[in-house]
Amino acid sequence: MNQENIVLKTKDFNIFYGEKQAIFNMNLDICEKKVTAIIGPSGCGKSTLLRSFNRMNDFVPSFNCNGAIEFEKKNILKLDPMEVRTRIGMVFQKPNPFPKSIYNNIIWGPKIHGHKVNYDELVEDSLKKAALWDEVKDRLNESALELSGGQQQRLCIARTIAMKPEVILMDEPCSALDPKSTIKIEDLIDDLKNDYTIVIVTHNMQQAARVSDYTAFFYEGELIEFDYTDKLFTKPSNKQTEDYITGRFG
Amino acid sequence: MMKEKTEILINSNQIEKKEKSFATIHPGRRRAEKAFKWISRIMTWSTVFILLVLLYHLGKEGWEYIDWQFLDSYPSRKVAKAGIKAGLWGTVWLIITTAVITIPIGVASALFLEEYGVKGKIGKLIEINVSNLAGVPSIVYGLLGLAVFVRWFNFERSILSGALTLGLLIMPVIIVATREAVKAVPDSIRFGAYALGAHKWQVVFYHVLPVALPGIITGVILALSRAIGETAPLIIIGALAYVSFVPESVMDEFTVMPIQIYNWASRPQEEFHQLAASGIVALLALMLTLNFIAVFIRIKTTKRNIQ
Amino acid sequence: MHRYAKKMEILARTLLGSCAFLSILTTIGIILVLSTETIEFFGQVSPLDFLFGTKWEPLLEPKSFGVLPLVSGTLMIMVGSGLIAIPIGLFTAVYLSEYSSFRTRQIIKPVLEILAGIPTIVYGYFALTFITPVLKNIFPDIEVFNALSGAIVVGIMILPMVSSLCDDAFQGVPRQLKDGGYALGATSFEVIGQVVIPAAASRIMAAFILALSRAIGETMAVTLAAGATPIFRVNPLESIQTMTAYIVQVSLGDTPAGGVEYLTCFAVASLLFVITLFMNVIGQSIMYRVKKKATR
Repeated sequence: MNQENIVLKTKDFNIFYGEKQAIFNMNLDICEKKVTAIIGPSGCGKSTLLRSFNRMNDFVPSFNCNGAIEFEKKNILKLDPMEVRTRIGMVFQKPNPFPKSIYNNIIWGPKIHGHKVNYDELVEDSLKKAALWDEVKDRLNESALELSGGQQQRLCIARTIAMKPEVILMDEPCSALDPKSTIKIEDLIDDLKNDYTIVIVTHNMQQAARVSDYTAFFYEGELIEFDYTDKLFTKPSNKQTEDYITGRFG
Repeated sequence: MMKEKTEILINSNQIEKKEKSFATIHPGRRRAEKAFKWISRIMTWSTVFILLVLLYHLGKEGWEYIDWQFLDSYPSRKVAKAGIKAGLWGTVWLIITTAVITIPIGVASALFLEEYGVKGKIGKLIEINVSNLAGVPSIVYGLLGLAVFVRWFNFERSILSGALTLGLLIMPVIIVATREAVKAVPDSIRFGAYALGAHKWQVVFYHVLPVALPGIITGVILALSRAIGETAPLIIIGALAYVSFVPESVMDEFTVMPIQIYNWASRPQEEFHQLAASGIVALLALMLTLNFIAVFIRIKTTKRNIQ
Repeated sequence: MHRYAKKMEILARTLLGSCAFLSILTTIGIILVLSTETIEFFGQVSPLDFLFGTKWEPLLEPKSFGVLPLVSGTLMIMVGSGLIAIPIGLFTAVYLSEYSSFRTRQIIKPVLEILAGIPTIVYGYFALTFITPVLKNIFPDIEVFNALSGAIVVGIMILPMVSSLCDDAFQGVPRQLKDGGYALGATSFEVIGQVVIPAAASRIMAAFILALSRAIGETMAVTLAAGATPIFRVNPLESIQTMTAYIVQVSLGDTPAGGVEYLTCFAVASLLFVITLFMNVIGQSIMYRVKKKATR
């Protein structure tokens, strides 16, 4: 479909929760420094797949999978989950800053990894990239919990950026936010794709259309259609996709 | 072979290119993780080890004297003749009396807190009060019982004094357990009854109480099994160690198994220690029986609720 | 019919309410009994001598009523039992909430419940006939009655309380907070030590306070194992006496009501009551505050 650099690639990937299969034969390519949106009705497996990209599903006791997820020619499923997570960061549905200061939230990741850098620079740099610097530069030592929901979410993005990952996964990052904060996050995603590959799961089709370059439509654990966002939303080739984006179900 | 090598080459190139990221995990962190997990594991299983050692020790020390004669004899200076009959019957009398007095009051208090009162100021006060009472040392209840029941009410060192004292002691436990059980009753049952025009007392007594009953019984039995093991408050109110008769009314003097055990254990002679262990085995067996009944009721009723 | 139902309603409310009010009466009763007898005691002994005296010889002539030896004995038991119960309890809670399989949990939870349900007299016996002899192999100078073995069994007794309250505290930490840590590539150790425990810190503190307060009020185990020697000193290998053990000792003798020995019991119990109440109120108010915050 495209000639661009593929960083993340699932190959015949299946996910099971106990007996129940959640993802069927997934073959999906994620392109470098682009935003890929995954849409679909709730329960279609979009978050499940996203959480597999950085092995967050390992915490689910009944989780099981086969196939492969390739990242830099290696199979993520065979790597150390901690290593994977340092390269592939994640932003969650609900802002989840640690109950620490803003400053310590940012440096927590690099610090536990023993990375010797200038932390002040790292904090400033990360916060600037997350478009939060101007709002918090005078109160870096205040608790992150004092921030508004939208600011907290941007702090979580900054925290992820501080790890200098290749890929940032976003699991419905705006679903807990008000419209104004949502717009800020969406603008931010647009800036971030200059440096990072972003995969975003969203139930909001307008959002997918606004921020993404590619869109994948999932239905009941299967990839129904995957294409350039413009094309998928204007001329979907699949009937189910068309029904979904025109609001006939979901 | 060749293929593998090129792959490694590619990988190392990748890592070099990404020097700034944190691709490798420092081995020290892995070691710390492993050590931490092992420490946690050892600490956790040590609790099992402690329990096994405790039970083994009790069994080893206690098996020699435990027989029918032991259960059916009064205390004696001669180890071979001594038994726990007085304590056993004292405990049975005491627990039944405690149950009869405490259960209605405890359940009623819990129903009041859960169904009527908690929102008001008095309800809040009672709630805080109950949780604080649960933390008062048992020996303080003993002094309360001594001053109020033994001396002021003049019940002397009777089973009644003991039962009232223990009743106050386990009241918070019963209230908390009953409240949990009542809380678990779905509101739909209450609304259903109200919708038919029932008064609150009818809802509470005819609908809520029957549904909550299994949970209440379980909680009450666990509270009573705690009361069986109580020693200090009964020593304070003056339950005696040397009782060579079985009580015949609630006004009789009495002893209980834990006091008898204490008496034997506090003597210097080795044989009496073994006698104490036998008493402990009997005491634990009694508590275990009660707990089994509680578990049995819990299993029975959860099955019924699932169906 | 309607009037009858209405009357029943009032009756039910009054009946249930007065039962509930009984718990208030209990508290009032405790405070009244303790304070009247303690005030009478202070009529004969100065409160300052009682609270700050270092010699406790109420049964021997010349009598002296300095409570500090009993307090120091109690504190030794509290500190010692805390040193046992807090690490084991905390690590057990960590293991149960982060590492253990469902099956391990199915084993450990009942074991903790059994440990919590075993009567204190049994622990006293265990300390006297098992732990002390074992300790004697390590410390040949240890006395038959000693603070150390008392502290160890009290530690075992309060361990289930520490672990179950800490487990609750860990369960109260939102899943997504832990996910945030793991998503940055942290190990479980780092997530637990630097995210979970700080987030649950106040509830863990409350758990420790409530458990230690239980240790202070513990009676039979220390009466049997730790001795009856109220001397103001700090050596865990020697015999001590706790506040609770003293009350038992007096009760076992035939002390006449109203005598000064009888009154000492109430004075000591008042002190015990005030200390444990203070700790419980702090512990509970922390719990209450945290719960309120969590529901917001």
